[in-house]
Amino acid sequence: MTALYFHVIERNVLAYRRLWGIFLTGFAEPLLYLASIGIGVGALVGTVKGPGGQMVPYDQFVAPGLLAAAAMNGSVFDTTFNFFFKYKYAKTFDAMLATPLGPVDVARGELGWALMRGTIYAAAFLFFMAILGLTSSWWAILCLPAAMLIGFAFAGAGMACTTFMRSFVDFDYVNMALLPLFLFSATFFPLSQYPAGVQWIIRCTPLYQGVALERALAFGELSWTLSINVLYLAAMGLIGLHIAGRRLALLLQP
Amino acid sequence: MSDALIEGKKLTKRFEDFVAVDGIDFRVEPGEAFGFLGPNGAGKTSTMRMISCVSPVTDGELRVLGMNPATQGSEIRARLGAVPQEDTLDLELTVRENLLIYGRYFGLARPVIRERADELMSFVQLTDRSGDRVDELSGGMKRRLTIARALINRPELVLLDEPTTGLDPQARHLVWERLYQLKRQGVTLVLTTHYMDEAEQLCDRLVIMDGGLIVAEGSPRQLIDQHSTREVVELRFDADDDRAKALALISRTDVPHENLADRILIYTADGETEVEQLGRSGVHPETVLVRRSSLEDVFLRLTGRTLEE
Amino acid sequence: MPTLLATRVVEHQAHIFRKFWRGSAVAYLINPILFLGAIGLGVGGLVKGGKGTVDGVSYLAFVVPGLMAASAMNGAAAESLWPIMAGTKWIRTFHAMVATPVGPGDVFLGVVAWTAVRAAIGGTLFLIVAALFGGVLSWWAPLAIPAAVLTALAFAAPLTAFAGTQDTDFRFPVIMRLGVVPLFLFSGTFFPVSQLPSWLQPLCWLSPLWHGVQLCRGATTGSIDPPEAVANVAILMAIVVLGARWGIRTFTKKLAT
Repeated sequence: MTALYFHVIERNVLAYRRLWGIFLTGFAEPLLYLASIGIGVGALVGTVKGPGGQMVPYDQFVAPGLLAAAAMNGSVFDTTFNFFFKYKYAKTFDAMLATPLGPVDVARGELGWALMRGTIYAAAFLFFMAILGLTSSWWAILCLPAAMLIGFAFAGAGMACTTFMRSFVDFDYVNMALLPLFLFSATFFPLSQYPAGVQWIIRCTPLYQGVALERALAFGELSWTLSINVLYLAAMGLIGLHIAGRRLALLLQP
Repeated sequence: MSDALIEGKKLTKRFEDFVAVDGIDFRVEPGEAFGFLGPNGAGKTSTMRMISCVSPVTDGELRVLGMNPATQGSEIRARLGAVPQEDTLDLELTVRENLLIYGRYFGLARPVIRERADELMSFVQLTDRSGDRVDELSGGMKRRLTIARALINRPELVLLDEPTTGLDPQARHLVWERLYQLKRQGVTLVLTTHYMDEAEQLCDRLVIMDGGLIVAEGSPRQLIDQHSTREVVELRFDADDDRAKALALISRTDVPHENLADRILIYTADGETEVEQLGRSGVHPETVLVRRSSLEDVFLRLTGRTLEE
Repeated sequence: MPTLLATRVVEHQAHIFRKFWRGSAVAYLINPILFLGAIGLGVGGLVKGGKGTVDGVSYLAFVVPGLMAASAMNGAAAESLWPIMAGTKWIRTFHAMVATPVGPGDVFLGVVAWTAVRAAIGGTLFLIVAALFGGVLSWWAPLAIPAAVLTALAFAAPLTAFAGTQDTDFRFPVIMRLGVVPLFLFSGTFFPVSQLPSWLQPLCWLSPLWHGVQLCRGATTGSIDPPEAVANVAILMAIVVLGARWGIRTFTKKLAT
């Protein structure tokens, strides 16, 4: 028998079969950003200092950043807005918990689904990066598992935060957190643009870990610091998942 | 020790300071239809959620299908069918898909589920709606689908929390009729209700709950025989003065009675005779109704309150 | 016909705004400021070490009017889809309104007008912040505020009308992702339209946002070209009028039954 949480993923696949149009539009956003900022603004910028210290074309610099951001945005949306709707209004999880599934299965299944969806988007984006000649190393293949790790980290954290939300109004905070992360995690310009003190703050934020990881892999500039990024993201996902499972049990099985 | 399907001993549920279920004892035997009757807030749903293994027991003992909900919740739920008070249907899916995916939660194989889904849709008379989104169904249809869904794993025990609350009379009768069918097939039913007619229709045996406690137990017939009289006379008055006068007269006799907001109830073995006697002693109500005693009266006699408030 | 009763709808919207102001503040003010920091200052610093120019002005000054018009669009789009569904279906506040002397046309105009009010407040505050960062070059800049309001209306009117025809919100994310986001990124907001392939460039005339960006940019950089600005205004006005007519019709149909 397969693990029980697999059926939670199955449910989402079933529900999404009719919404494939919406599913497809998810591919568009990161590509549009790549075209606008990477190529359009990139033409004004020219070259920029890459992860190895060499000057690299701006579009090559931005693409891995957008890949990391897309992995974050994809998984956060599924584990916050959609997750909240399912648990608070649609009672989807109440139905699941009346079966052999437990709260931890629900949390794992929802996270698995977010991850699956994010992975498909990330794979498509990476494919376009390669076609457009924006990858310069074979290490770039590892950008995909790295995107999954970023997705995992933000899915876990997003889900944990969502269990503390009271109403949709609280999601304004999610938006308020996501956009700054998207814009300021060295996604669009190198860390060196910041004053030294601010650089250290940025280095501590979660999306920066993902951007640093993706960019290093895309350019094949590996170093031991990448293991810190990996550990950070893995811990964030695991802790989030653990909290989400615990909180769900408290919320749905009082 | 025994082969009871469910057994609760000193079963207790507390939410912080509030005691929802206050140490109740009960047994449900295989094949019977067992009811928890009581007003809203009596502790029925809390009890039901503990039995469904979706709410931990605070104190006391609970065994369901011979297992312990605290450690074997998943195994127990695998053999239960649960119909919660509020529908938890998947609104994003169709009628048929709801059954299919719910079966998958039990780890059943797809061909098995498909076959059962068709059977169940015909059982609850939803075959012609199978491709419709759940959103578009009426309240009664949703309830029937919820019941069908609870049967997808062929449970030995079906738990129904307020199965017909919020339904119109016609929809209620259709649900009762389906539940009666299940009972005849030998499925053990446990239900909560605050409708005395529902309890009378469906339950072989029931407990009456009030304030987290069980206040009486037995078959509907036994409960009426033990706690009420054969007949009840309902007196209604237009003017408050008449009513007060009548009440004073009745109180002077030792006739058991209840004084409700809109009427006075008199408990008696023979309603017609009692009405005549009252007339002779000067009680002249606007309307008089003589009827047989019901579980509603049992509850009233035991607690001094009505079931629906 | 809609009347001055629409002002009562504005009043109602303003009342519930007390609870939901954060979302609006984010859309009209915080988001553009964040983009201003990241793209205007951050990426702008990369354009020839921050000394490069775009269309004769610094990159920051180039991006400011783009962001101002774009946030008017983003805010108006967000407020004209889901909240409308809430009014007609989820919470049915609009149905409650038309049970009073307020008519369906009043509801439509009131909702759209309220969006304009927020766009005006958000735009003004953003302009002040942008000026503090040195992103505003001309004394004509205050004219960017009515331009942003007109841009907001050009999205609010047709989108509110469209939302009034829908029974579910299925199509809303598609509109955002395939309509609003591409407009945001390619209407001369972040880089001049002249950089697009030449066959694509004429298409910008089809983008209401591009007209808004042109107007705002003319005002904040002082490079306004009167005949072209008149054309921009006329096109935006036409969209507003057509959108309003459509909206009054769809709202009457939706709320009258």
